[in-house]
Amino acid sequence: MSRQPYIRPVSKTTWYMRNGRYRKYMLREVTCLLVGVYCFLTIWVLAILASGSQEHWNAFLVSQQSPSVVAFHAIALIYFLVYQTFDWFKLAPKAMPVQLGEKKMPDRFIVIAHYAAWAVISLFVFWLAGVI
Amino acid sequence: MSTRQMELEVMRYDPEQDKAPYFQKYSVPCEDDWAILDAINYVKENIDTTLAYRWSCHMMVCGSCGMMVNGEPSLTCKTFIRDLPDRVRIEPLENFPIERDLVVVLDDVMEKLRMAKPFIIRKDDPPPEDREYTQSRANLYKFKQYTMCINCMCCYAACPQYALDKSFIGPAVLALAHRYNIDSRDQGKSERLNILADHDGVWECSFVGACSEVCPKSVDPAAAVQQMKIDGAKEWWKQKLGGGKS
Amino acid sequence: MAIAKKAFVWGLFAAGGTLTAFVFPVLIALFLLVALGKVPEGLQFENIHAFATSWVGKTGLFIVISLSLWHAAHRLRVVFHDFGVRMDNLVANAVYLVALIGTVMTAFYLYKI
Repeated sequence: MSRQPYIRPVSKTTWYMRNGRYRKYMLREVTCLLVGVYCFLTIWVLAILASGSQEHWNAFLVSQQSPSVVAFHAIALIYFLVYQTFDWFKLAPKAMPVQLGEKKMPDRFIVIAHYAAWAVISLFVFWLAGVI
Repeated sequence: MSTRQMELEVMRYDPEQDKAPYFQKYSVPCEDDWAILDAINYVKENIDTTLAYRWSCHMMVCGSCGMMVNGEPSLTCKTFIRDLPDRVRIEPLENFPIERDLVVVLDDVMEKLRMAKPFIIRKDDPPPEDREYTQSRANLYKFKQYTMCINCMCCYAACPQYALDKSFIGPAVLALAHRYNIDSRDQGKSERLNILADHDGVWECSFVGACSEVCPKSVDPAAAVQQMKIDGAKEWWKQKLGGGKS
Repeated sequence: MAIAKKAFVWGLFAAGGTLTAFVFPVLIALFLLVALGKVPEGLQFENIHAFATSWVGKTGLFIVISLSLWHAAHRLRVVFHDFGVRMDNLVANAVYLVALIGTVMTAFYLYKI
């Protein structure tokens, strides 16, 4: 009897097409591109503010008003909510379990706490920005 | 009890004859309450005695009958035919070399298991003779789920990072190490982290979470690995601020 | 063997990821409002300039932008790996350099405001 173990090939570039679980994971991972985009967008905002010119600022606000920019932000918002915010909250209890006496706190309590904190933070920022 | 005719497509590989694995079809009259393992046993006993596969207890304890069932890493003794369509594809666990038919080579994981030092490490030698190390119920409940692992290796078959890079230590071994790290009797956490939070350790995990989803014993390796990353990050700072030793 | 340096960037990744999950939806929503032409009171020049001039505003903006950048950079490194690019050292240096440049730019502009 000779041993000759067979190794099945795995594609380094398309492995995630094998099942829905992996595809969902990849959709989550590419949210990093959105984070990058909004970081640099905000840095751009800071650059305009640093120039100290009100005209520059108003020109920037006007330059942003186009249907394609609206579409981009709207899609980005939904995508980000689904694949980053909700996913992060869902996975949070795994990384930070809470023990109450002898029992583990049910995951859903930790998730609910995250949503509550998120609501407070969002309302605070909207209040700060004068939206509400 | 009624029977149902099922088509099993079983991956076959004979290292002495075959260049590559292929699928062989078996038509099996299955009883309603059968698990996939029963159908495979039926093939072995009644259709094809050359089929090679591992099993022992048929009751979710021994962990040896893990296989891919329709692409999902499964313990075949607890995967029931009533939950499956008429055609079922059975393959050996992914991400492991195939020894023969449905039998895989697990040497790699066994080596890694050694690295995790899955035993209680104490610094105060010799151990006390007149008493045992006491354990609170609260602490037991903290790590108990991780002790349920039966080393069936379904989590390794589900892990894409292990698939892409075999040097990654992987889910079950890391979960077992975490079980000892959070045991109040253990004092070997930093010793283990120095090994398991090194390059091939926890950082290779990108939190796909598939390991926990497929675990037949409801162990949560993904949680263990994330918690170990937090421990590893803390330990890194501790070592930097403490002058290199912990 | 020792704890890998990845422990440090992973710490930034995790902290930044938590921040983005909480803060980015509302940040994107503000950009959306601007794009819709409904510029809120707080984004009028005097108000946002005053906010970015205050120490609280500066600190908050710096923490959010820099940590989010490091989060994005580290995850992008993993994305490259997942899409089959195997020059991890090169990728890591490139993405962390971009995060570093962004962090320095943030600090620079905030200092100038």
